Amino acid sequence: MKDRLPRLHPSQTIGGRQLHWPEIKDYGIIGDCRSAALVSRDGSIDWLCWPRFDKPSIFAALLDRQRGGHWRISASGPATLERQYVEDSNVLETRFTNPRGSVILTDVMPGLSFPLVRALTPDHEIIRRVECTAGEFELEIDFSPRADYGKHQVEIRECGKLGFRIVVGRGAYWLRSPVRLMLANGSATARVLLRAGEVLRFSFSYSEEAPATLPPLDSSLDERIGRSIAHWQQWGRKANYDGAYRNEVARSALALKLLSYAPSGAIIAAATTSLPERVGGDLNWDYRYCWLRDASMTIRALIELDYWDEAEDFLDWMLQATRLTQPRLRVLYSLYGDKAPAEYELDYLSGYQGSKPVRIGNAAREQLQLDVYGEVLDAAAQFAFHGGHLDGEMQAALAGFGGYVAKHWNEADQGIWEPRQLPQHHTHSRLLCWTALDRLVALGERGILSGVPIEEYKRHRDSIRREIEERAWNHKLQSYVSILDGDQLDASLLLLSWYGFEKADSARMQGTYKAIRQYLGTADGLLYRYASAKSEGTFAICSFWEAEYLALGGGSLDDARQLFLQLIKYRNDLGLYGEEIDADTGAALGNFPQAFTHVGLIGAALSILQREKGEQQLGHRPPAATESGPSEASQ
Amino acid sequence: MNWTSWLLSGFLATLALSTLLATSQGFGLTRMNLPYLIGTFVTPQREKAKSYGFVIHLVNGLVFSIFYVLIFEARHMANWWFGALLGLAHALAILTVGMSIMPGIHPRMASEQHGPNSNRQLEPPGFMALNYGVRTPVSVFLAHAVFGAILGSLYRLTAP
Repeated sequence: MKDRLPRLHPSQTIGGRQLHWPEIKDYGIIGDCRSAALVSRDGSIDWLCWPRFDKPSIFAALLDRQRGGHWRISASGPATLERQYVEDSNVLETRFTNPRGSVILTDVMPGLSFPLVRALTPDHEIIRRVECTAGEFELEIDFSPRADYGKHQVEIRECGKLGFRIVVGRGAYWLRSPVRLMLANGSATARVLLRAGEVLRFSFSYSEEAPATLPPLDSSLDERIGRSIAHWQQWGRKANYDGAYRNEVARSALALKLLSYAPSGAIIAAATTSLPERVGGDLNWDYRYCWLRDASMTIRALIELDYWDEAEDFLDWMLQATRLTQPRLRVLYSLYGDKAPAEYELDYLSGYQGSKPVRIGNAAREQLQLDVYGEVLDAAAQFAFHGGHLDGEMQAALAGFGGYVAKHWNEADQGIWEPRQLPQHHTHSRLLCWTALDRLVALGERGILSGVPIEEYKRHRDSIRREIEERAWNHKLQSYVSILDGDQLDASLLLLSWYGFEKADSARMQGTYKAIRQYLGTADGLLYRYASAKSEGTFAICSFWEAEYLALGGGSLDDARQLFLQLIKYRNDLGLYGEEIDADTGAALGNFPQAFTHVGLIGAALSILQREKGEQQLGHRPPAATESGPSEASQ
Repeated sequence: MNWTSWLLSGFLATLALSTLLATSQGFGLTRMNLPYLIGTFVTPQREKAKSYGFVIHLVNGLVFSIFYVLIFEARHMANWWFGALLGLAHALAILTVGMSIMPGIHPRMASEQHGPNSNRQLEPPGFMALNYGVRTPVSVFLAHAVFGAILGSLYRLTAP
């Protein structure tokens, strides 16, 4: 994708120089499955938290152009640019071109799992390599680290030929640069002219233990970039998908992998905090934690793409890391299964384009969401039905969740969208409680889970079904509704068929779909999550739910394909999605990139392909939801 | 020299020293990971280096404790404060002489003068190991004082 830079947006001034706000979708991500960096279209790393996703940042220009800190390697003047990931990898390449020449900037965060065999490598590192491919090209380098979300200006100490050291708290950052940098006001800057064939290599690393490793800036870095590419390609090409949307699915899988935390198996919702759901507004949340509400669809995506190791790690994390609270489950957890941090605001940051406050931690940790039990149990059932082994501890945990659901399913909760309001009786939460008990019954009946009080759970399950059918159905709207006895619509109702409660082509689901499209849909195929959310963006995963609903039999195969094709127009040039999409401009909104959206894309693509092939879809659902399933012939 | 007493007290003192240094790192007093620093003498592989380093450090501790014990025997005095004094002197020698010659003897340690190369990539400790955190000397002095104090307390002098 070609573009001129920079794009013009509301800006702040730094030292007489304008620094513009990139759009959210102008960012790419690199990572090592422990932390991630966001790189802007013009080569600026504007977000980086080390040593892991949820630690304080060293670069946060994403949230404050002046205070946040960044590391920019970019053209010193006007230039056109193209960027892409090296095929099937998470190694980012940006090409800058002007009339005098061209350079390629390669950004990679190499992982410890693919180091050189007999060489020391840093604990955490970003390698940036610039090669002049034609003519000559002047680059501008601006390294401006700021500690603790921009709260502190740091002292950059020059250490001779070793490079530059920045000590923050218990850790030390090292920048190794082949270019002499001028130190002033907490920044290290330079302009450098490259001629065709010349290469510059930079290494920025972090270590909490000494001695830190300082890699030489020679061709060994190229070798490590090559190994990173090979590693990602090997992983990316393993995806078991041979449909028409192969590139989109592979990119989504790679993005999802980047958002996984390898040491524990957790998968975070997004790599950022406080990118706004409404620019200039206050819907700014910290998403660097693991939400259980995404569990079932995430496991489905991983299993069906044949990423068994990741699926097993994630399920293991869910059942082991949550042990301290079992049988109760929290809404979200930290990377190691602790309670997510309490929420607080960073008043000194401007927020993205003035979207204040910037929040760290997440207050949803105190909420009650009954849907999470169904998510975890559905995930475990999928895992087991696909041949995965549930050991004794896992079985005990699942049985405990069943007991909790049987006692509490009829309580009010905050629901999937986490509104900061009083609890209500959400249809979606009831649906997932029904799902929880249904899957436990199925696991018990198949002999996978012992000691399940099958008859008792069947009674509760059937009670929930009756309640949903009677109190969540609105005769006037001819649709299911968001709250029992209510009259509001909600895109999550499309999932009634995903979990197997209703067949997608039933009269009630058809009515519900029609109402959702009418009241929550836009002409461009997008969906708001609920009516009062129209002040924010449309919710990206809801649109993929819609495409999948159509593929599951709610519409024709062509309907599903057309909507899917419409939706992939909203990805950025690298194939990444945020949480929401602005209905007017198509701009990405909310934290970026968003795991949930990519999971939705994979799910929709899988269901479309399965329908094309006449294969069973979501086979872990009860027979009533899948028998006589849609096929090509049913269009 | 009381060999049994040396072996027991030397082992316990070294274990305490390792524990204190690791605890200092955990609490953020220092970034220095001594087993890693020692282990990278023999291997570049991070996890193996830490394991090898721990074992080597244990053997080192026993060897060094022989010198402590010889001094105890020579002075006919073995108690906690004398041992602690020896430990402080030992720490001073490590932080000054030991750390300054480290880039010269460590096969994988770079220096500020020459920079890193493909064989030498480890950050040098600098004077008093201050590159590894400004409170590194505190933890080294403390750990070695405890090492000496334990040796002095537990070692039983041979009969005159």
